[in-house]
Amino acid sequence: MKIEISKMLQKKKKQIIDLWMKNQLADAGLREDLMSNDELRVQSEELVDALLKRLNEENLADIDSSDFDEIYEILGGISITRARQGFSPRETGVYIFSLKDALLEILQQEFKNDATQLYNATIKVGKLIDNFGIVTFETFIKGREEVILRQTDEITEISTPVIRVWDGILALPIIGTLDSARTQVVMENLLQEIVNTGSSIAILDISGVPAVDSLVAQHLIKTVSATRLMGAECIISGIRPEIAQTVVHLGIDLSNIVTKATLASALKYAFSILQLEVRKKQSNSVKI
Amino acid sequence: MDRRTMATMTTTPVTVLNKDSMLIVKEQDVVPFRNRVKEYATKIGMGLVNQTKLITAASELVRNMLRYGGGGNTLIEVVSKGRENGIRLTFSDKGPGIANIEMAMKDGFTTGKSLGLGLPGTKRLVSEFDIKSKPGEGTTVMIIKWKNG
Amino acid sequence: MEKIPILRMGQFLLVTIQVDLYDRLALNLEADLVQMVSKTGARGVLIDISAVSIVDSFMGRIIGNIANMSKIMDAETVVVGMQPAVAITLIELGLPLTGVHTALDVEKGMELLRNKILVDGPENDGDDDDNASDSAE
Ligand SMILES: Nc1ncnc2c1ncn2[C@@H]1O[C@H](COP(=O)(O)OP(=O)(O)OP(=O)(O)O)[C@@H](O)[C@H]1O
Ligand SMILES: [Mg+2]
Repeated sequence: MKIEISKMLQKKKKQIIDLWMKNQLADAGLREDLMSNDELRVQSEELVDALLKRLNEENLADIDSSDFDEIYEILGGISITRARQGFSPRETGVYIFSLKDALLEILQQEFKNDATQLYNATIKVGKLIDNFGIVTFETFIKGREEVILRQTDEITEISTPVIRVWDGILALPIIGTLDSARTQVVMENLLQEIVNTGSSIAILDISGVPAVDSLVAQHLIKTVSATRLMGAECIISGIRPEIAQTVVHLGIDLSNIVTKATLASALKYAFSILQLEVRKKQSNSVKI
Repeated sequence: MDRRTMATMTTTPVTVLNKDSMLIVKEQDVVPFRNRVKEYATKIGMGLVNQTKLITAASELVRNMLRYGGGGNTLIEVVSKGRENGIRLTFSDKGPGIANIEMAMKDGFTTGKSLGLGLPGTKRLVSEFDIKSKPGEGTTVMIIKWKNG
Repeated sequence: MEKIPILRMGQFLLVTIQVDLYDRLALNLEADLVQMVSKTGARGVLIDISAVSIVDSFMGRIIGNIANMSKIMDAETVVVGMQPAVAITLIELGLPLTGVHTALDVEKGMELLRNKILVDGPENDGDDDDNASDSAE
């Protein structure tokens, strides 16, 4: 008589969970610091539950069946959470593959007298869980990538502060490479601050930018042009000798842009535009 | 989750989450269309700058459709690819078509005594751009702007 | 048909664009403004676009046209209050708005116009200042 694998497994649910838990708890790499055993059990039960509920004889042989969508979603969730909690890929791998061990053990008990059935069932269940493993890894890496992306965003945010150096004058020191994503952030922050403060002059200091190639220059020109469209003037300061050299060698035309060697000279220039004067206080005179 | 993927004009497989269409036959349709695009962009949480880029691009294409294609149909779709959500807009007209797409995509090329900025500018404003045209049959332009693109 | 009101402020004209313009309305504005410049002998035109959220090449061309036509009639045009997102988009689109001056708000725009008139006032004829630092080029 042919026993239906899925039906059989469904009947053994409690046993599967117990076995799986046993396998996991026996593993030397168990991370009780990251997740309590109770939590682990709840997570494991949810997965086994969903799997057995969906499993039937047809989809057991069809790993792409849409019946498994819910399981992939649960797996994705588990995987992403684990990535964020700091589990290693290996630990997450062990988690999913120890389920295979548990299932295979049950199969072995059930089909111990029928080698053909045992063989068939082992192949099918193995394939299915292997696919779960792949999905888990994929999502795990995506989870990690997300963390990296978020950190990149944060770094970009904090690395582009807009400083109000004087009434009507903003300064924006740029440190690090100016790529197009960064330029977007710089432009948005700068233009928004111009609106917020009503400043008519902005100084973009690039002394912290390692190199200016034609792409970076293009980004700078865009920022200056956008500032002008809003009705403010944008000065580029912090042009180091090496930068001046490369700019000329690459044939980049910055002639439409006001450039200054240092932030100080840019500030002086800004003062002159705003018709301000900074003087040393004379010993006896009253404040200017 | 919906796993159906659709073959698109570009090679990018995307999932369509929501769609809407609007007929454009006269210039008074332009602003309502832009507002509709804005609604969808706002719904998926697109930032103001990207929204402005998308709507400006949409405005260019819808104007071309009216001016050169004699009006046509627009499709607004909310699409996703992996973790990214975005808006896909398709503009199709049954006008005269464009004989030389490569030329039309150049900055400054115009047959309408205009600036010739619409097509090349639009391409710069969006994440993905695709144009198909056959002289005598019409023109279809498809753009995608990803929420964070 | 609706019309966009044109306000007269001394020797300047002020237009505040409140709505996203229908094309016909924009073309009317172009015609009306040029008429007004001629009728009033205005020396400057202020276009306040702080409430405008989209400027496409069509609108950009209208603004450019107004500036160029006014210029021939000896009036300068200042576009004021452009939103950051609009400015960024225009740069990406590739619209230079050549010959148009810009200012942060109406007040600063008026100041700019006054300075312009002082610099190349009626007695100062034929002076070419196309490369003034405040033009958006
Ligand atoms: N839907 C269309 N059907 C037929 N021809 C088109 C269509 N769209 C664009 N074209 C052709 O491509 C040219 C370039 O279009 P593009 O939008 O870049 O510039 P434009 O419309 O001429 O000027 P602008 O958009 O700057 O006002 C047009 O002049 C026209 O000849
Ligand atoms: Mg066009």
